[in-house]
Amino acid sequence: MMLVDAWHYLTAHPAQFGAALAVHVALSAAALVIATAIAIPAGIYAAHRSGVAFAAINAANIGRTLPSLAVLALVMPLLGTGFAPSLFALSLLALPPILLNTLAGMRSIDADIVDAARGMGMTPRGILRRIEWPLALPVIFAGLRTAAIQVISGAVLAAFIGGGGLGDFITAGIAMMAVPQLLVGAIPVTMLALGADYAFGALQRRVTPRGLG
Amino acid sequence: MIQIEHLTKRFAGPSAPAVDDLTLAVGEREICVLIGPSGCGKTTTMRMINRMIEPDAGRIRIAGRDVTGIDPVTLRRSVGYVIQQVGLFPHMTIAENVATVPHLLGWDAARAARRVDELLARVDMDPARYRDRYPRELSGGQKQRVGVARALAADPPVMLMDEPFGALDPITRAALQDEFLRILNDLGKTIVFVTHDIDEALKMGSRIAILRAGRLVQYDRPEAILAHPADAFVESFVGSDRALKRLALMTAIDHATSTLIPPADAPRLDRGANLRDALSTLLQAGRDAAVIEQDGTSPRVITLATIREALADGARAETQLGP
Repeated sequence: MMLVDAWHYLTAHPAQFGAALAVHVALSAAALVIATAIAIPAGIYAAHRSGVAFAAINAANIGRTLPSLAVLALVMPLLGTGFAPSLFALSLLALPPILLNTLAGMRSIDADIVDAARGMGMTPRGILRRIEWPLALPVIFAGLRTAAIQVISGAVLAAFIGGGGLGDFITAGIAMMAVPQLLVGAIPVTMLALGADYAFGALQRRVTPRGLG
Repeated sequence: MIQIEHLTKRFAGPSAPAVDDLTLAVGEREICVLIGPSGCGKTTTMRMINRMIEPDAGRIRIAGRDVTGIDPVTLRRSVGYVIQQVGLFPHMTIAENVATVPHLLGWDAARAARRVDELLARVDMDPARYRDRYPRELSGGQKQRVGVARALAADPPVMLMDEPFGALDPITRAALQDEFLRILNDLGKTIVFVTHDIDEALKMGSRIAILRAGRLVQYDRPEAILAHPADAFVESFVGSDRALKRLALMTAIDHATSTLIPPADAPRLDRGANLRDALSTLLQAGRDAAVIEQDGTSPRVITLATIREALADGARAETQLGP
């Protein structure tokens, strides 16, 4: 019954739903891209320097324990409301899992493999490109998978600081005790998160080199 | 081929230098074994040859060229490198692993593929069967065969081997020692070989450098080290059975006489037996004389007296040749 009402609400507001979905996806995807562009190079840089790695792991672990809502709430007084502050906050949320997994992936590589590569005359860049990167990639993708799910569910909270997205339906639904409207936000978010989990899982298997696993 | 002069390396910290004013020369086609207790500087010395570690003082020359004048990457591509844990690349096939240095040197694919097959065959791995496999499908011994093939790929004149057989079971280790000794001698490589196993050193080395606390204690041929250990440290390091170890380095046939007529029931020895085998056979049988199997010529005889003489002669010869 509730689902039917939700469906009616959805068909009655197609443009509104489409826009919210587009904002949600754009917000999540952009946050993931920004976080990836920062966290993977930072992780690779830190992996080769034990002091930096130690600091990065600790910072990322602190970042990971912060509740998503707290991050968004902290961003608002600094950057105001809207899409950009939401994007900033979500990018911050996505950083720790990608950074930690990049570090873990790089550091899980057997030291003997890198020693042999160096001893045969591979350059540091060659070692990164031909040895470390392919071997770390499955672990890095596991981090992307975690980050994607976190960002998609975290983006719901962007509604609180005017970032838009499917969270608008949920917050409005809660405020007005309108469960169908709430479900129009909640169900697609769940499906997006499950879809991202599946897609990144498939990608992760795809990037796992044949000689491993 | 390799000259090491006054080589010194000190790692961070207040401790004594890891390598302390080390000087030694390795001749062309020689297998120089660096041996000593843990922390004696043997691996550090080896790793300075291809600049995996940079020395604090001293000089290393390969074929007359100072290695510090060569770009480290270029240098390493021209020196074979084999390590205990092999370090095969798990995401690459056996063929891709072996072709690592040819690839770095920009060989074309056909030439590299020919070389891979040639080397796999040489280390007794059927190319058709193994070329496209991955390292995790191989046993420890097979991995090290591939490791050595990979190091030989661009035909480097000098090879560095850091305990290449250290992780293998005793039977595989002995088989690979024999096999690689033959291959490396056939190819005429100059080798620096690190081990902590004195029996391996005596077997593989044409010269053995015994290190202690970063210093060279003795550098000589295996027979000379056994006959005349430089000091009490070397003596205890080579073990209390050094007379037996010396006998193991002498071939029985070289010390046998043909003037004695052996009793008909004398114990028999293989043609390739060494004097240690001969002594063991004599003691086991409770006899004074054994016959070495030989077709055609008159029988050759080994007695307890000839074994004793061989040890005494050997010691005299080593004194005359000695440093």
